[in-house]
Amino acid sequence: MKISYFPGCTLKTMAKNFEDSALASLSSLDIEMKEFKRWNCCGTVYSLTSDDLIHQVAPIRNLIRVKEQKDTRVVTLCSMCYNTLKRANKLVKEDSEKLDKLNNLMDREDVKYNGEVEVLHLLEILKNEVGFSQIAKKIKIPLKGLKVAPYYGCLLLRPPEVGIDDPERPTILKDFLGSVGAEAIDYPYETECCASYHTVVNVDLVVERAYDILNSAINRGAEVIVLSCPLCGFNLDNRQKEIKEKFSDFKGIPIFYFTQLLALSLGLDEKVCRFELNFVDPRPLLRSKHLIGEV
Amino acid sequence: MRTEISIKNTKSKFLDKVEELSGENIYACYQCGKCSAGCPSISEMDISPNEIIRLVQLGEEKEVLNSKTIWICASCFTCVTRCPKGVDLAKIMESLRQITLRKNVDYVNPLSISKEVLSQVPQIALISSLRKFSS
Repeated sequence: MKISYFPGCTLKTMAKNFEDSALASLSSLDIEMKEFKRWNCCGTVYSLTSDDLIHQVAPIRNLIRVKEQKDTRVVTLCSMCYNTLKRANKLVKEDSEKLDKLNNLMDREDVKYNGEVEVLHLLEILKNEVGFSQIAKKIKIPLKGLKVAPYYGCLLLRPPEVGIDDPERPTILKDFLGSVGAEAIDYPYETECCASYHTVVNVDLVVERAYDILNSAINRGAEVIVLSCPLCGFNLDNRQKEIKEKFSDFKGIPIFYFTQLLALSLGLDEKVCRFELNFVDPRPLLRSKHLIGEV
Repeated sequence: MRTEISIKNTKSKFLDKVEELSGENIYACYQCGKCSAGCPSISEMDISPNEIIRLVQLGEEKEVLNSKTIWICASCFTCVTRCPKGVDLAKIMESLRQITLRKNVDYVNPLSISKEVLSQVPQIALISSLRKFSS
């Protein structure tokens, strides 16, 4: 299978561990991720005011690029990119007047967009096209005994019309964890907001929120957290430094992108996981579980 | 704060503006409070989310636009998912932010963000923050 791939900004910088582990895993599952040419920022947040068409240009331009390169589907890994592209696409599919206006705004584009491209998240491809049961058959190192709390955050699930799973009781990450042999931990904060972009000017708010989320998972027995958003990743992983400064009882917990666990379980070289980019080093725990080799 | 209810305010252009920007029917809200019950940020807010809608219904422009609440809301869409009347409160909050931002008033001045923070946070955080907080 070959599919157009939209990386977005952060997968090329701070979340390179997300991208590298995904590309290596997918190649071993015979999926070719074709990074399409001339992609630009997705817009990061979907514009919520009805008259704000200018901020729909960035996501729709990306969909034009996909169409130009003769594909009808595009896959993203980042939850924010997924949400922004998917909602912008939905808007123009349902509102022909806005679509016309947008096409007119982008009058220097050679191709007009008419809603032909489908926006997908990688978890949807793994679930619906590869199949979790097929993944389970290809696993070389089952992550037996690893207790993982899935963290969905907001933008994979909400608003419901673009969510990839039930917004209140999702199972897709739990099902994924089952396929790689890990044990999924149930806890009440899996869909709670991490405070998102407040991390730039209101670190305290993020620290409070992340502490509640992480501690809830730890108290339920989680050894690690798994997620799919580089901003949630930053808030739950890197901000553990500030959490420890504020809450002396906080022990810390490694945070993984789901693709890092996929790569490990497929038996790929540990290097593709780029664990050196994880703020809380997960390697001591993985070694103690014999999931990676000794140093 | 003391809120004076006046028929003058309820007929104000403010209400029309919020309805136009958000595309939502403000009067659809019947004050059940589910949005506030599930809001993960409520402890940081000075006016609860359902009260914001009520104040908009009453045309209390100043009180709403001066609240911390509209800037604390991070568009997590929990209330949108749960509202029994289908009111998209995230769109209403964004409209309220936009009314201020469109007067060329920044909530966060981009120049005030230190170099240390700039080098630390991922682009995705910086861009979304500026999209929400600056004009």
